[in-house]
Amino acid sequence: MNEIDVKKIVKGEFSWRTLPPAAMIRVPSSLEYKTGTWRMEKPLIDQNKCTKCLLCWIYCPDMAIIRLDGGIVEVDYDYCKGCGICAEVCPPKAIKMVEE
Amino acid sequence: MSELKQVKKMALMGDEAVAYAVKQADVDVIAAYPITPQTIIVERLSKYVADGELNAAFIQAESEHSAISICLGAALTGARTFTSTASQGLALMHEILHAASSMRAPIVMAIANRALNSPLNIHCDHSDVMNARDTGWIHLFANNVQQAYDLTLMAFKIAEDPELLLPVSVNLDGFILTHSVEPLEVLSDEEVLQYIPHVPYPYRIDFDKPLAYGVMALPDTYMEFRRQLYEVILKTPEVFRKAADSFSRISGRTYGLVSPYLVEDAEIIIVALGSTVETLRYVAKKFRQRGVKIGVVGLTMYRPFPEKELAKILENAKCVGVMDRAYSYGGVGGPLYTDVLTTLYKNGIKTLAADFVYGLGGRDFKLIDAEELFKKLINAIEVGRFDRDIYWWGVKE
Repeated sequence: MNEIDVKKIVKGEFSWRTLPPAAMIRVPSSLEYKTGTWRMEKPLIDQNKCTKCLLCWIYCPDMAIIRLDGGIVEVDYDYCKGCGICAEVCPPKAIKMVEE
Repeated sequence: MSELKQVKKMALMGDEAVAYAVKQADVDVIAAYPITPQTIIVERLSKYVADGELNAAFIQAESEHSAISICLGAALTGARTFTSTASQGLALMHEILHAASSMRAPIVMAIANRALNSPLNIHCDHSDVMNARDTGWIHLFANNVQQAYDLTLMAFKIAEDPELLLPVSVNLDGFILTHSVEPLEVLSDEEVLQYIPHVPYPYRIDFDKPLAYGVMALPDTYMEFRRQLYEVILKTPEVFRKAADSFSRISGRTYGLVSPYLVEDAEIIIVALGSTVETLRYVAKKFRQRGVKIGVVGLTMYRPFPEKELAKILENAKCVGVMDRAYSYGGVGGPLYTDVLTTLYKNGIKTLAADFVYGLGGRDFKLIDAEELFKKLINAIEVGRFDRDIYWWGVKE
């Protein structure tokens, strides 16, 4: 089995010969793609207003809400694409979308 | 000292011969949806499974799209996988045909070649497989029932070769072969499993070592994955030769990528696919007896196209007739014709050539039709040209 260095692929250092057949790869390659760079607006969480209901964590389509001990939530800006769903579903309006 | 080997002979319809080969191949998963003229294949297979003669999962899907999708998933688990279809069913499978080849799933499929709607027609032509021509599948064509049996066994050998891991279709003409009883020699079950032992699929789904399948590849990588498919399918001729060599040793029957007949000194050569090859051979032999230098070449493998082998046969021909049992509407000719013209041009072969579109929707191509066609080719040499480039042979003008 042809194991590959995903970092090289992301940098464009590959040929069709070095890619695994049909992209059947073992490594979690999507971690290397920092989709946070796609973002136009970023969510800001006001921890004073947050009720720790975790709806943002449930709804985030990119698993970019990180859940810490005690129900505290943070945004993983490496992967958050800025879709705004978390701000939309937040009951106490504790999440605001602001321009990058 | 050679021993006399007991050869088992049977009389089977083409569909039954395919089903018998699939049973002997000891497949693990069969997923299919019935469609004429393929139905008998899956009927026989479901009976083999129900009677305990074949230990396989037989899955009746709700459509051909699902049937081929099931086969794709099953093949990736390492299961030996078979399906069969025809006409509209193959059309419905179309998007998954591309996925199966590019995900390197060694599925074997029988196609009981049949015309496409509309008008509704259940009889033989090659419009169905020609739509699947560019999907990255390997396409084999049987001339008779014996070949339908043999090529089905060879298809597993070719598909599962670790160099390839590509899906293979075995084409047999609807009704002409699927529903005709012919005598054939079959191998023993032991010989078949010796020929195609179960080998583990190298990329099989394994929960302890998970792999990504059918991923997304954007403009930065997509083209490299398509290039892989371009490269890998070109290894088929070598794999075919190996598969044919070992098959020849156990069966005594030898297959090439092309099957030339009386072509050595032929001035006129006809290129064809499927059962018509035998009709043409019969008539060519008669014309040879009258002193006409005529030969026939059938293509056992249509994709990848055996360009080199065909060019070698056609290089001294003065006149080439191409038999197309399908058409590319609005195109420069039928699919086989355009492939042959490209072969001639790329290899610098200057010869007269014409396309003969025939047999659509099961229109009979009789011996008399072949004779008339041969006369047209002889006449073209005499006058130095054809009076048109595409003939619809046997159509009522």
